[in-house]
Amino acid sequence: MIEVRDLKKSFGPQRVLDGVSFRIETGESVVIIGRSGCGKSILLKHLIGLLTSEEGEVLVDGENLGRMNERQLLRVRHKFGMLFQGAALFDSMTVAENVGFALRRLGKLTEAEIAKKIGEALDMVELPGVEEKKPSELSGGMRKRVGLARAIVYQPEIVLYDEPTTGLDPIVADSIDQLILRVCERLKVTTVVVTHDMRSARRIGQRIMMLHRGKIYVTGTPDEIFRSQDPVVNRFVNGISDPKELYF
Amino acid sequence: MNFFSNKWIAEWLQGLGRITLLCQEAVHSLFTRKITWRDLIYQLHFIGVKSQSVVLITGAFTGMVLCAQTYFQFHKVRMDTATLAVVSVSMASELGPVLTALMVAGRVGAAMAAELGTMKVTEQIDALRTLATHPVDYLVVPRLLSAIIAVPLLNAEAIALGIGAGYVLGVSLLGIDPTYLWQNMLKYTVATDVMIGVIKSFIFGGIVAVIGCYKGMSCGEGAEGVGRATTEAVVYSSITILISNFFLTISLGELLSYL
Ligand SMILES: Nc1ncnc2c1ncn2[C@@H]1O[C@H](COP(=O)(O)OP(=O)(O)O)[C@@H](O)[C@H]1O
Ligand SMILES: [Mg+2]
Repeated sequence: MIEVRDLKKSFGPQRVLDGVSFRIETGESVVIIGRSGCGKSILLKHLIGLLTSEEGEVLVDGENLGRMNERQLLRVRHKFGMLFQGAALFDSMTVAENVGFALRRLGKLTEAEIAKKIGEALDMVELPGVEEKKPSELSGGMRKRVGLARAIVYQPEIVLYDEPTTGLDPIVADSIDQLILRVCERLKVTTVVVTHDMRSARRIGQRIMMLHRGKIYVTGTPDEIFRSQDPVVNRFVNGISDPKELYF
Repeated sequence: MNFFSNKWIAEWLQGLGRITLLCQEAVHSLFTRKITWRDLIYQLHFIGVKSQSVVLITGAFTGMVLCAQTYFQFHKVRMDTATLAVVSVSMASELGPVLTALMVAGRVGAAMAAELGTMKVTEQIDALRTLATHPVDYLVVPRLLSAIIAVPLLNAEAIALGIGAGYVLGVSLLGIDPTYLWQNMLKYTVATDVMIGVIKSFIFGGIVAVIGCYKGMSCGEGAEGVGRATTEAVVYSSITILISNFFLTISLGELLSYL
């Protein structure tokens, strides 16, 4: 269970998060939507303790991440897998080394067991036989799959996805959505997806939250969000810009 | 003026504080965590083996030019045979460690800052942290340890080659008597000189690695950030080496004379 209480974060004079509060139950799939640059990635990084803030609290299974030092956070992060916006694969390593990284660092398994787990994880993301390739040889969609394999290989309880379908063509994006659903179903993980892709939000989310002006603006089931008459939500869902507002 | 100088001093002190924390974390990790031998050996190869040509050329030519210049001056007062003693003392305690460290800073410090900086801007360092790996354990410790091992060895090579090259030059080209030249060198070079050089090169190795890693890990956004981190790593480590060299010479001389 993840609980966020009145989280605030500023970079210099710019206030990015301005009192965000929500609760995500174990096993739930939640999608957080919001405009580009509204602080979705920043929020996601707070959930896993990559960023911390003095104001507000983030509790993971009752433990307050804000009070921990980096070493204590490492222990909590065993529960998490995270897929980064740009996949963030280690470019000096092969795919197999990337996927097996966490297992090797733990040092509990033999090389044969690790190789087997790497194979299983790559099968799960439907990318068998790319073990010896370097990340630079892969396409965007393949990189995201490898990133996902790396995040789930050690069987985390919570998986965070930062814009998993952004920058991919609709077919590949759809296959990534299917993959997220499959991971969620098979591994019984809590899923948190950050995106501005409404198609994918509707498909993945049991619950959708909208981040707007540093706060959670609305929370609801996909149907509620899509049928909402609220102008801000409605415009976002249908992708209509407001002529009275400046966009840049 | 006042505002800017205050800000500058505040930022400078903050940087110093963060470097201190990084050192503390690295030393703590060095003694409490398992070392990954593969990374250590890779870094040793990169820092030690691959820096050899640069360091050896620096050592040889510095030794020769020092020998020639000393000879030109000493010849006027008929002290030809003391030439190599000057070369060996200055190479062992000053030029060897400083020039080796400066060359390593240019080659290795820059590479560390660029590599870690790129990892930072492409979120690879964040990815490491999500995979329950402390960046200091995985990235800084192998680099720091290898630099502390490799720089003194490179330093020894540079000194030996510098003195050797000076000797060959003195005997073959300048026509100094080989026996007196060699004996005088042994007579006037004392253990303290060598010791100062060795201690310095350990410290300089640490400086290059720590500043290189710090600049990489605190790199700003984008390609510009990486570029700046690289430049700053070289500039700051070179200046730190030159300044600390002065204080080390003064304090180590005093300290070792008590022993
Ligand atoms: N390291 C940083 N320093 C300063 N500002 C930042 C930093 N990271 C993000 N921001 C700002 O925070 C805002 C939210 O960023 P982000 O969470 O990446 O947006 P998105 O919702 O598109 O993922 C952006 O406007 C960005 O300018
Ligand atoms: Mg983002």
